[in-house]
Amino acid sequence: MEFINLMAGQGIRILIAKPGLDGHDRGAKVIARALRDAGFEVIYTGLRQTPEMIAEAALQEDVDVVGLSILSGAHMALVPRIREVMNANELEDIPLILGGIIPDDDKPQLAAMGVRGIFGPGTSTEEIVKQIHQIVTDKNSANSSEQAT
Amino acid sequence: MLLADEVLKGSRRALARLLTVIENGSQGADEAVAALFSHTGQAWMIGITGAPGTGKSSLVNTLAKAYREQAKTVAIIAVDPTSPFSGGAILGDRIRMRDLSGDKGVFIRSMATRGSLGGLARATRDAMRVLDAAGFNVILVETVGAGQSEVDIVRAAQTTIVVEAPGMGDDVQAIKAGILEIADILVVNKADRPGADNTVRGLRAMLELGHPAAKSHMISHHGQLIRLEKTTNPHENTFWIPPVIRTVATSEDTTVSGVQALIEAIADHRRYIAENGLNTELERQRIEIELYERLQSALMMRLQAEVTTSVLTDMIERIQARQIDPQHAVHLILETQKV
Repeated sequence: MEFINLMAGQGIRILIAKPGLDGHDRGAKVIARALRDAGFEVIYTGLRQTPEMIAEAALQEDVDVVGLSILSGAHMALVPRIREVMNANELEDIPLILGGIIPDDDKPQLAAMGVRGIFGPGTSTEEIVKQIHQIVTDKNSANSSEQAT
Repeated sequence: MLLADEVLKGSRRALARLLTVIENGSQGADEAVAALFSHTGQAWMIGITGAPGTGKSSLVNTLAKAYREQAKTVAIIAVDPTSPFSGGAILGDRIRMRDLSGDKGVFIRSMATRGSLGGLARATRDAMRVLDAAGFNVILVETVGAGQSEVDIVRAAQTTIVVEAPGMGDDVQAIKAGILEIADILVVNKADRPGADNTVRGLRAMLELGHPAAKSHMISHHGQLIRLEKTTNPHENTFWIPPVIRTVATSEDTTVSGVQALIEAIADHRRYIAENGLNTELERQRIEIELYERLQSALMMRLQAEVTTSVLTDMIERIQARQIDPQHAVHLILETQKV
């Protein structure tokens, strides 16, 4: 009966949020639309989200991945704070991905904070979709091996 | 520990996870609903439906805030459509509900229709049950932007609110069958916009022309079409005339927003149902419809499991060759399968 589940996204839920004060949401909307077309369920929360709002939405919506769009340059302040609030809500297992203008120098540190994918300007949406599929597959296999032990 | 037990103990993470399990129809979904079922029946379920862009999400936001002021806990299910092409969806109702963030007495869940056509998702009813069992006092269910026949909500909610906005069509739209008929309460949102008076008038005229409830009352008066005086307290009557409430859901000013009038109308409706002893009967009707629907889908699944593809392809070819008509083909399949 559930033909929809058999399609590409297989009920994968992803939160797309814009933390901080920058007001440029075109990129986030383009990504949300591309992910929809790839069969994902995208929970789109809009502009100016606080870390607390993002963690709360991730929890209530039980998403597989949280995608952040940051164009303000404040990623080194926002990402650790969001991770911290999410972990405080027992959401350690939900991976973060990041889109925006992120200098190469910051990437190792962000990866250490648990950011699983960073997508700069010019990344194709196919590439993003492919990586999200990989991240979700990794996460689900980690979860099931956790349950098995 | 089982998710259902954690939900009863108040874990929000478990609640969110269980809603996913139910949505995906994963293993354990039926058992969890069964385990929680005896804890349901406490919450008041309110459905909010109406055309896209009439302001349903904003109204849900305003209503939830008002209920929180009364110290009632609120769960929200916001349904948005799944793309029939990709199976994906953009669930954007939280954008209008940011006022509710940070409040532990509120739980918002977005849900995609996943191919369901009646304005709700297949899993919405079970999700409502889970939220009811989790102890929320009020459950607000926002349907997809509904056209004229997405009326599933009336089978799931106890009070159905239909939201209109000015400028959405003439008075003939208002007397067409469909979504307006299911309203327990009619809301004209964006009432600060031009044309709001006309919309209110159109809806009132529609109700006077013959809302099913009003009509049955008229007939009960010796078969004569007597128009009765409207009393200010609708629940004093033995029938319910849907009130028409004007709202400006985005207004912070409660005297402008009309939210208090709406909250009172909902309370009136609830009281009307209780005072006339209708709860049992209405619930029975909802259960009856749900049982039929579930039987239908279970039988369909059994049929799909038992009828081989070759039988179906064979039938399709015979129909296309004009050897047999479609209805006859159905009889033949059912006879041979004994489903």
